[in-house]
Amino acid sequence: MAVEEAIRLEDVHVRFGPYPALEAVNLTVPAGAFVAVIGPNGAGKSTLLKVLLGLIRPTRGRVRLFGRPLERVPPSWIGYVPQFKTLDRSFPALAIELVVSGLRRRWPGRLLPGERAAAREALARVRGEGLSEKSLARLSGGELQRVYLARALIRRPRLLLLDEPATGMDVLGEADMYRLLEAYRDETGATILMITHDWEAAYHHATRVLVLNRRVIGFGPPERALTDECLRRAFGHVGHEHTLAFHPERRDA
Amino acid sequence: MLEALALPFMQRALLAGVLVGAMASYLGVFVVQRRMSFLGSGLGHAALGGVALGLFLGYPPLYVAIPFTVAVALLIAWVRERTELGGDTAVGIFFSLSVAIGIVLLSLKTEYAADAFTYLFGSILAVGPADLWAVAGVALLTLASVPLWGRWAYATFDRDLARADRLPVLADDYLLAALVAAVVVSAVKVVGILLVAAFLVLPPASARLLARTFAGTTVLAIGLGVAGAVAGLFLAYLFDVPSGATVILVESGLFLAALLFSPKT
Repeated sequence: MAVEEAIRLEDVHVRFGPYPALEAVNLTVPAGAFVAVIGPNGAGKSTLLKVLLGLIRPTRGRVRLFGRPLERVPPSWIGYVPQFKTLDRSFPALAIELVVSGLRRRWPGRLLPGERAAAREALARVRGEGLSEKSLARLSGGELQRVYLARALIRRPRLLLLDEPATGMDVLGEADMYRLLEAYRDETGATILMITHDWEAAYHHATRVLVLNRRVIGFGPPERALTDECLRRAFGHVGHEHTLAFHPERRDA
Repeated sequence: MLEALALPFMQRALLAGVLVGAMASYLGVFVVQRRMSFLGSGLGHAALGGVALGLFLGYPPLYVAIPFTVAVALLIAWVRERTELGGDTAVGIFFSLSVAIGIVLLSLKTEYAADAFTYLFGSILAVGPADLWAVAGVALLTLASVPLWGRWAYATFDRDLARADRLPVLADDYLLAALVAAVVVSAVKVVGILLVAAFLVLPPASARLLARTFAGTTVLAIGLGVAGAVAGLFLAYLFDVPSGATVILVESGLFLAALLFSPKT
C-alpha cells in the first residue's frame, strides 16, 4: 500500500518585495514522519511554516496537505505551536482558556464542562496539571510551551507544526517534550514538522531532517541530511563537531 | 435627584449615556488590548469633520458624521493594512485631514459655532430625539456583533493563530473599526469630541487592572462604563457642569480606585 503524503510542496517560491524567502522548494513528507527543519537565521524556516499554515501565500508553486489543496484542509487537522516569545503577556487569560481555544477555534468566554475536562486532560498529557488556572502572564517560558503544546494536541491534529518548541525549556522539560511528541506520533500516526536550531535534537528525535537555506539543501534521514557538506552549504561552515549517536530504532518513517 | 428622572432631556441623556457607555466600553476592550487607543481619539476628532459637513449641508449632524467617520475608520484600516506605515501614522493623517475639513466648513458661517461647541464638549441638554434614534441604531448594530466576540478576542490574542484557524481576521478588523467609529460618533453628544476617546479607554483600562480573563474584563468594563455614565450625568445635572467632562472625571476616579485595588499593584 502506498504511504500517504502528509506534505507536498511543488516549486514553491515566496518573495517579500524584491527579497526571496523561499526558492523552488520541492518537498514530499510521508504521513507519520517527524521532520526537523534546520537552517541559519533568515533561511526561510518560519516562512515555510507559515506557508503550511496558510498564513503566507506562495508567490509561485503548489502546496498540498494530505492530498488536498491547503484551503480544503480542515483547520482542526493542523496543530500549531508558535514561539512563546510571540505571546502578548498583557492579554488577560488563564492557561486553560488558551488550551480550549485550540478546541473551539474561538476565544472562549464561558468554558463548558466538556471543554474544561478535555483541556485538563491535554494539560496533564504535557505534565502541566497545575497550570490550568494560572494567568498566562505568570507562566515561565517552559510552562508556556507546555500550554501551547496542550492547545495544539487537544484537537488531535494529523499534522503538528512547531516553531522552536524547546525554547525556554530546561533539559528535563525538553526530554519530556520529545518523549511526548514521539508517543503522540506513535499513537496517532500524526506527522510532525519542527523548526529547531538544535542539531543534536534533530539527529536524535527526527526521522527526517530538512536542511534549508531558502532552497532545500538536504532532506532525508538525519545521517544523510546532516552531513558536513549539507551543513556547510546551508550555514557556510560546520558549527561544531556533530559526533551524534545513530539511533536506528527511530528511522521508521 | 430623582426629580431629574422626570425631565425628558434627562431621560434621553441617561438612555444615551447608558447605551453609549456600554457600547464604548465593550468595543474599548478590543481597542485597548490591541493598543489602538489613539484610534478612538483620532476618530473622535474625525467626527468633527462629519459634524461640520452635516451642519454645512443642513442635515442632522450625527446622520452625516456617522458615515463620514466610518469611512475615515475604514481608510485608516486600509492604509494600515496596505502600507508599512504604522496605525498611529494612519490615524494621525486622517484625523488631521478631517479636523481641517471641519474647521474650513465651520468657518464659512459663524452661526455654526454654538452647535459645534456642543459637539466639542458634550451636553446633556443637547441630546435630542433624533440623536437618541441614532444611538439606538448603533446600539443595535453593536448588539448584533456580540456573537463575534470570540472571533475578535481570538484575533486580539494572536492574529496568526486566528488566521491559521481560517477566521476572517482582516474583514473583522474593518468591521471592528467601522463599529468603533459609529460608537464614537454616537457618543460625541454626551461626552464631546475632545473627550470621547477616554470613554473608549478608561472603563476597559480599569477593568483590565481587576479582571483575570478577557471575558471578565469585557463584562466589568461594560459595568464600569454604564456606572460612570449614569453617575457622571447626574453629577453634571446637579452641579450644572458639562456632562462629558463630569463622566470622564467619574471614570477617571474609578480608574484610580482600580489602580489602588488591582491585585498587581
